[in-house]
Amino acid sequence: MSMTTTEATTHGAVGADDTSIAPELLLQMHAHMVTARVLEERLITMYRQGDGYFWIGGPGEEAFNVPLGMLVHKGEGIAYDYLHLHYRSSGTLVALGADPVDSLRQMKNTATDPYSGGRNFGSHYSVKRWNVVPVSSPIEVQYSMCTGTAIAQKRAGSKGITIVQGGDAGTAEGDFATCLVWSSRKGHESPVLIIVTNNRYGISTPWEGQHGEERVSDRGKAFGMPTVTIDGNDPETSYHAIKKAMDYVRTEKKPYLLEVMVSRLHGHSSASGANFVTNERDCLKDFEAKLEARGLRTRKEMDEMRAKVTQELLEASKRVREEPQPEGSTIYDHIFADKNYVAGER
Amino acid sequence: MATVVQAVRMALHVGEDRLGVTDIFGEDIGPPLGGAFTQTQGLRTAWNSPLDERGIIGTAIGLALAGQKPVCEIQFCDYIFNTIDLLKIAGNTLWSSNGQWNVPMVCITPVGSGIRGSIYHSHSFDATATHIPGWKVVMPSNPLDAYGLMLSAIVDPNPVMYLLPKALMRTRALPEELIPGEPGDDKALSKMIDAPLGDRTQWRAEWPDTPNLFVPIGKANVLRQGEHVTVISCGRLVREAMRASDELRAEGVSVEVIDLRSLYPYDWDAIKSSVRKTHRVLVVNEDTEITNFGEHLIRRIVEELFYELYAPPRLLAGAFVPGIGLADNLEHASVPQRSQMVTLLRELASHEP
Ligand SMILES: Cc1ncc(C[n+]2csc(CCOP(=O)(O)OP(=O)(O)O)c2C)c(N)n1
Repeated sequence: MSMTTTEATTHGAVGADDTSIAPELLLQMHAHMVTARVLEERLITMYRQGDGYFWIGGPGEEAFNVPLGMLVHKGEGIAYDYLHLHYRSSGTLVALGADPVDSLRQMKNTATDPYSGGRNFGSHYSVKRWNVVPVSSPIEVQYSMCTGTAIAQKRAGSKGITIVQGGDAGTAEGDFATCLVWSSRKGHESPVLIIVTNNRYGISTPWEGQHGEERVSDRGKAFGMPTVTIDGNDPETSYHAIKKAMDYVRTEKKPYLLEVMVSRLHGHSSASGANFVTNERDCLKDFEAKLEARGLRTRKEMDEMRAKVTQELLEASKRVREEPQPEGSTIYDHIFADKNYVAGER
Repeated sequence: MATVVQAVRMALHVGEDRLGVTDIFGEDIGPPLGGAFTQTQGLRTAWNSPLDERGIIGTAIGLALAGQKPVCEIQFCDYIFNTIDLLKIAGNTLWSSNGQWNVPMVCITPVGSGIRGSIYHSHSFDATATHIPGWKVVMPSNPLDAYGLMLSAIVDPNPVMYLLPKALMRTRALPEELIPGEPGDDKALSKMIDAPLGDRTQWRAEWPDTPNLFVPIGKANVLRQGEHVTVISCGRLVREAMRASDELRAEGVSVEVIDLRSLYPYDWDAIKSSVRKTHRVLVVNEDTEITNFGEHLIRRIVEELFYELYAPPRLLAGAFVPGIGLADNLEHASVPQRSQMVTLLRELASHEP
């Protein structure tokens, strides 16, 4: 079976030609995609220049991750959506309103890094006030954890849903099955939007040869949940598909499996060089061609936008370089909440 | 007098009734069974999970992140090993997020030998549990501590591993271990809180009015004062240590018995003052001896109290073998026996530098 993105588009129930998104929204989406892309380019450059030890990120996934962030019901606590993301989610964070400079801080592992205080790799986000639970490096564990936030939301009768996202190779882990099983228990279904961003690779291992199922989305069928595979290189398709899936999960309080075909434009991570690949579709380029053809933005405007963000992040990276590193003596901080807590002594 | 398992059940009831517990869940935890050891019978928030240990730990983490107060169970600690990376996440989430997200969850898991559980119902978990930073680890040795440690675990804002010695489940409280408010009469208590045989659909527990009695995490219990030698233990082996000390008393050997109760954080002050008094120490637990939590205690005793010691500290632990064999002789040869404690304590007590 060939897993081309075009084929995947036709498989989905959502048409790519749905153009009902307001122009202002498309332009906002584009701006976020530009920021997210330039941010990844800056992070890669920082890595190359010795301003970071490791890079991993999501260039090539912006056309999906940005609409996802725009559609999230954002806030803190069970009334809002929970996000159990992975290390390719910068686009989502940018769309949520995160300051890209904070990503530079995490790359440079500064004490000012608001996500981990210089403790974790770049793109390992954690934002309590937006229910972005900490991204951790072990593949797929978020699929075992997300059922907990979803159960809490359902019990509270909340409008909030739980969103979980990870890659295709990771679905071989038991945690993916955990998610399917737990979220679809009859009579106890829970509101989880299960997203798999399929770039057809693990690190180097291709999809072909590792999977008996035709598509990841097929696995949802056995559990009676709606499933679809979409073209994640098209932000409009993504937007509609996410909206439809979210509406279902929010109203029915049941799981929905969304497989998204995406590109991996700089390889797996810095471990494989992080060079730009030329044989995969570039969602930003395609979208810009569309916007230009529809007269929504000119080439010149788009070039200027990109140059401006590039310049801003370049300057920011210089500033971040001067920000303090965490002190070694802080390693014992935050091992326990309320570290002198003793029950009965309050 | 409550048994350990009844004490756990009463504590969980207090937890869901007035300490904010939202979920008590795991394999066979909800009705009709109420736990493989009956530990969750009659509880309002108890529910059955799929047979999926990773799902249980993962869901507990998710619930905790969403501000709930979950108490989950891994049916036997022999089956917890495929969740260790998730346990690590529960333990590192606060740290890796630089203080943003704490994970207030309790994980109960029955541990240890003594029920002829053979290879997969006799494992210990204390060496592994204490190797996962960010967790508090407790292990009761009697009904009262089982009750009080559970309440403390429930209100703690951090992940707490509650190791429940399998062999103690039916152990009854001694008079000094009576939980205030329980009827004291075995039959009366059983009638109130043990689910009946047969159809249980209409049954409701009638809970005795027991108090918020917290056994603080991190505080050991010096069960018996002694002069010549200290034995430090926890869980099932505490009563064995008491009996060993009874036997030695007849010989004029005075043994101080410390029940750790909390493995992490552990009560260094209690250990330190005891070693300063008796100058000789035996650490006993039943996890395999390489690499063992008792080794850590001994390392610290040697490093910090070297000049206090009149004899080399000793460790009595489980044999470093792949499993505990079913036959009596195999189990006895694999985990510490009272006779070994007596021998070692006697040797230690007479050892002079
Ligand atoms: C449990 C675990 N095993 C292995 C790794 C090393 N590793 C990091 S990324 C990766 C490939 C993941 O592929 P996929 O799930 O398709 O996600 P992608 O990175 O392609 O988005 C591997 C094997 C890991 N981080 N965690």
